[in-house]
Amino acid sequence: MSVVLEQSEIDRSLRRIAHEIIERNHGLQSVVLLGIPTRGVTLAQRIGSFLASIDEPVPVGVLDITMFRDDLRLRPPRPLVPTQIPSEGLEGKDLILVDDVLYSGRTIRAALDAIGELGRPKTVQVAVLIDRGHREFPIRADYVGKNIPTNARESVRVQLQEIDGIDQVELSA
Amino acid sequence: MHSPHLLSINDLTKNEALELLDTARELSRITDGAIKKLPTLRGRTVVNLFFEDSTRTRLSFEAAAKRLSAEVINFSAKGSSVSKGESLKDTAQTLEAMGAELMIIRHPTSGSAQRLAESGWVNSHIVNAGDGMHEHPTQALLDAYTIRSHFPEHDRDFTGLRIGIVGDILHSRVARSNVLLLSALGAKVVLIAPPTLIPIGARSWPVDISYSLDAEIENLDAIMMLRVQSERMSDAFFPTEREYARDFGLGTQRLKALKSSAIIMHPGPMNRGLEISAASADSPKSVILEQVSNGVLIRMAVLYLLMGGTPIPTEGVLV
Repeated sequence: MSVVLEQSEIDRSLRRIAHEIIERNHGLQSVVLLGIPTRGVTLAQRIGSFLASIDEPVPVGVLDITMFRDDLRLRPPRPLVPTQIPSEGLEGKDLILVDDVLYSGRTIRAALDAIGELGRPKTVQVAVLIDRGHREFPIRADYVGKNIPTNARESVRVQLQEIDGIDQVELSA
Repeated sequence: MHSPHLLSINDLTKNEALELLDTARELSRITDGAIKKLPTLRGRTVVNLFFEDSTRTRLSFEAAAKRLSAEVINFSAKGSSVSKGESLKDTAQTLEAMGAELMIIRHPTSGSAQRLAESGWVNSHIVNAGDGMHEHPTQALLDAYTIRSHFPEHDRDFTGLRIGIVGDILHSRVARSNVLLLSALGAKVVLIAPPTLIPIGARSWPVDISYSLDAEIENLDAIMMLRVQSERMSDAFFPTEREYARDFGLGTQRLKALKSSAIIMHPGPMNRGLEISAASADSPKSVILEQVSNGVLIRMAVLYLLMGGTPIPTEGVLV
């Protein structure tokens, strides 16, 4: 087991992602962040507060994709988390999905299905703290905290202060 | 859920029951908005196996399965080979060979759902949708969900709520499942009926028993009126319908005696004028139609929680 990101690096990555979001979208007028539970929600809130301190506040919501996954048969059912769409809605927005780890791409695929039911954003972008490769879908991240080459046997564990009491990312075999 | 089947409320721990109610509540939030249909069970098949008449339970399970994108096969004994003498075993195996992964069974014989689950005849998940005079677990769950939605301060615990179940307890699987579930959640259940309609053995249940509705009515937080099940009554359990309605029916006088916060429930179908008057059934205290809507949510939660994460053998499965 090794620590691949520490608190200061996580902080820096999220701050950089915030800057990239502003640059890429030419400001924040139509940007909406949606975090994917569990840790994507915390990360979206943190990116949201960086955006607010650098430029202006943006709506931050929650998108639970559990009922849209295609691997229900393979995993135990998990408790559902309330989806919270900001009152501005998604119509015509630049929607940024935030998750902790990008791996197979199945979560993002499920999120795209869920969004399809909720409205028609102008663009959908993906921000993740860790991209560990091994995609099973033609999906990529627009904003990446850190690329970590892994093999499929390894596991990446993101821990965040608000949930786990510590900020760090571990890689273990 | 630890059990692959839902045969009885006893298959659920208190925490599992609460998880099920929470899941149903989240499903209601998801499906309240723009999303009407979820892809969760796409390509999977559930069967409604009904050996007894039903309107709302069958339609409710069907609506629940369809909202989760499952395929639904409806089987009813009337007009099927059951009338040629086909057994439960052969019927169930036939339906499984057509791709069923979960069977929702209603049967006039108590214990039939358990028999189907434990016999080894089929690999499907089994959900009991009413077996004789034994249990009807999804009805109790939707009742608990409905009660909880009206008493939000009792979200995790029903302690302090007094819930009256009135009428034909003897023949009622709804009453049995509700006694188990509501007591497990902490509520005090009081069974109110003439002595002839209280089952032998109810003395050992964790309930109060009363033969007088008037003595109890003003203390109840929820009152559940049961249908008088004439089709199961071979003896004279009460002298006349008029006398039953006078002593145990929810009429105008008793409607006024209820607490202002109390809710009126009925599992349906109602005998208006017998156990419940039209004024009571249609009063603002009545949550009978909410029970129907909540039933779909509860059954979605049951299908989701049973069909997730437990791969079953795929021979003959249409995927």
